[in-house]
Amino acid sequence: MLDGEVRVAIATDSDIVAARQAGRQLASQLDFSSSDLTVIAAAVSEIAPNILEYARRGEVEIRLMEKAGRRGVLVVARDQGPGIRDIPLALQDGYSTSGSLGLGLPGARRLMDEFEVQSEMGKGTTVTMRKWAR
Amino acid sequence: MLVPILKQGDYLIASIQSALTDADLLRLRDDLVDQVGRYRSRGVIVDVTALDVMDSFAVRTISSLSQMIKLRGAETVIVGIQPEVAFAMVQLGLTLSGVGTALDLEEGLAYLNTRAARGDRARR
Repeated sequence: MLDGEVRVAIATDSDIVAARQAGRQLASQLDFSSSDLTVIAAAVSEIAPNILEYARRGEVEIRLMEKAGRRGVLVVARDQGPGIRDIPLALQDGYSTSGSLGLGLPGARRLMDEFEVQSEMGKGTTVTMRKWAR
Repeated sequence: MLVPILKQGDYLIASIQSALTDADLLRLRDDLVDQVGRYRSRGVIVDVTALDVMDSFAVRTISSLSQMIKLRGAETVIVGIQPEVAFAMVQLGLTLSGVGTALDLEEGLAYLNTRAARGDRARR
């Protein structure tokens, strides 16, 4: 029975630390290696700053999941910010509209097994990512 | 979370005690760049053993810290990057290129001593 779930409101940079630590903590209940736990924490740490940068506030939800006998962790980062105009462009390394390095989304995508971005201009952005345990 | 900076002879040692926020990392950078001048330090060791994650912001900040300290005439060495942190950094494509690294504090001191000895010879 998997019923772990954590939600962390993101409004300051210490919330990002709290979110990545909560993600690691929750994922540690599954059969992840310590490298995978760090990878999950790093992925949270890459996407959560986008919330502060573009939307000022939002939340990160982390949940354990089970599908067809596999277990994993689901991370959803959502905000009601301005949205992303061009998602494929935003997923390119080094692209940023804020003057940052532009590694957040593409970096998180490399770290996780599944990764998707939904966004609507003026409504907000939701990044959903999953990593499966061994 | 304030990172304590110890003065040890010609060197400064910044020993990170826990996870750091982006603001904490920027403050560490600015404090070190400032203190290198105040204490006329020749080398800086940043011990990241306790860091839970090195994300792209942390890597960028540590790279700029190292470059700024170099411009102030001192060497920087990052010590204590844990295996799983290194793994995640490589997955992310983050390399810390151009920044000195060593396994731990002891190796970091040896790294700076070697550099300092080389510098002394060059000056003669």
